[in-house]
Amino acid sequence: MQWRYHMRKIIDWSMSGAAMMATLCGLIPLILISMHLLRRGISSINLDFFTHMPQPVGEPGGGMANAIIGTCLMVGIATAIALPIGLLGGLYLSEFGERRTGAAVRFAADMLNGIPSIVIGIFVYGFVVVPLGHFSAMAGGIALSIIMMPMILRNTEEMLRLVPHALREAALALGIPYWKTLLRVVLVTARRGIVTGILLALARIAGETAPLLFTALGNQFWSLRLDQPMAALPLQIFTYAISPFEEWQQQAWSGALVLIGIVVILSLLSRWMVRVPQVKTDG
Amino acid sequence: MSADRILKWVTASFAMIVVVLLCGIGIMLLVKSWPAIHTFTWHFPLTRLWDPVQGAFGALPFIYGTVVSSLLALMMALPLGLGIAIFLVELCPDRLKGTIAFLVELLAAIPSVIYGLWGIFFLVPWLRETIEPWCIEHLGVVPLFEGPPYGIGMCAAGLVLAIMILPIIASISRDVLETVPNDQREAALALGATRWEMIRTAVLPYGRSGLFGACFLGLGRALGETMAVTMVIGNRPEISTSLFHPAATMASVVANEFTEATGELYLSALFGIGLVLLSITFLVNLGARWLVLSIGRLPQGT
Repeated sequence: MQWRYHMRKIIDWSMSGAAMMATLCGLIPLILISMHLLRRGISSINLDFFTHMPQPVGEPGGGMANAIIGTCLMVGIATAIALPIGLLGGLYLSEFGERRTGAAVRFAADMLNGIPSIVIGIFVYGFVVVPLGHFSAMAGGIALSIIMMPMILRNTEEMLRLVPHALREAALALGIPYWKTLLRVVLVTARRGIVTGILLALARIAGETAPLLFTALGNQFWSLRLDQPMAALPLQIFTYAISPFEEWQQQAWSGALVLIGIVVILSLLSRWMVRVPQVKTDG
Repeated sequence: MSADRILKWVTASFAMIVVVLLCGIGIMLLVKSWPAIHTFTWHFPLTRLWDPVQGAFGALPFIYGTVVSSLLALMMALPLGLGIAIFLVELCPDRLKGTIAFLVELLAAIPSVIYGLWGIFFLVPWLRETIEPWCIEHLGVVPLFEGPPYGIGMCAAGLVLAIMILPIIASISRDVLETVPNDQREAALALGATRWEMIRTAVLPYGRSGLFGACFLGLGRALGETMAVTMVIGNRPEISTSLFHPAATMASVVANEFTEATGELYLSALFGIGLVLLSITFLVNLGARWLVLSIGRLPQGT
């Protein structure tokens, strides 16, 4: 009896220990990746990196100004497309979406969220690039917007559902029409949660590479034209990482450091949005 | 029409865009891959030979590569992810909880291409110089560990994928375990269970379907993961029993060959691979959604 009791204790301890070990093991890759990124990437991060163009093979230095601007532009296009669809669609789901249409939209959004980004890339290739006849920044932005859309949609719905019913009823009791209640009271009350979701979606699409391969294609030169191929930070990192040239590989590490910086800042910002107590709504 | 109705219709039409897009993606891939489907019929996903020069297109090596690399990743990430979830929910002191959860989320936020970059320059050389020679020397008789140590290959792909799906499995499992009512725990403890016995008999069975859902979501992500895998798997359309042999996945062959595909049949075969990939991930995500939603329907421990 005594022996079984000890056995149970030992199993309890070793399982707790295993869970702790699992957590440590899970954090090791994070530590290794951040260490390597900092060590390899920091050396060529300077003002030139943000303001200069990529250099040809063999010439050290240079930067990724075009890729950084390209990423910003395409993320901007994606946001401009996905934001209205995500916000209004989310409003529909939370306020009118009890019936079958709502279930269909919810289902479609969840499935769309799970589609591999490379498949979205070839879809946009067939849908935008082939009819127009050439790769373009616009196509890249559209591909990113398809990834962003379901994320914003479902998050907006969830955040709107958290708004207490008493608030709607109070507004309605004051004689405010329902549509105005939704737009001016409900949406405004939930804005912090909604913005958090948007920031997380931005962090996700800023680093997407696969959907840009056959849409924006990438570009070694300066281009701001939306109907032409455009460089993007993740694309540039990919091209440089698989290249055989030492200088380019070095640039890939610095690009990766800049990209992870952008992603981490967006993630921290979204966390900060959640933590700061909600200020009184006066909208 | 009243303003309320207008708002309803406007929002409904924006919401329907998502449905239209989902159908559009399926239809587009079907139409574009039609020449390949028409030529190869049902042999397409069952043929081993992929030789664009000869005009022979079979998707089997890629389906094999995708499934094996994803299962490999799941086998590594599942015990770790579950361990992290158990640690966070049952064992972790409150002060550390937020920090560890944030670090795990950070792992999920790292873009795929950065995992690939890290894989090429650190993981692959490490595998090639340390792990693989050791395995081949000591375990070489097992077909799984045959062949020369390339570094790149199935093993590297599985490892990178495991790191990438770990945060998904960990964070969803954590959410699932947190929905387990405390009554369940207290009942088990009151019967004299140790903490581990409580987790095994009361907590894990209660969240079973949600935990399966977490697995499926992780699997769905691993199946479709493109960049990191493309950079470390070696892209060779061959089926080998060895884990150290280069291979290719559906996503990696599309990423690699799509822009260089000459000829209608070649391009259409790549669209066909996209269609197969879409169908598989669709089914897996369908399963995940069903399992995760079903936790909402469980009896709320009375």
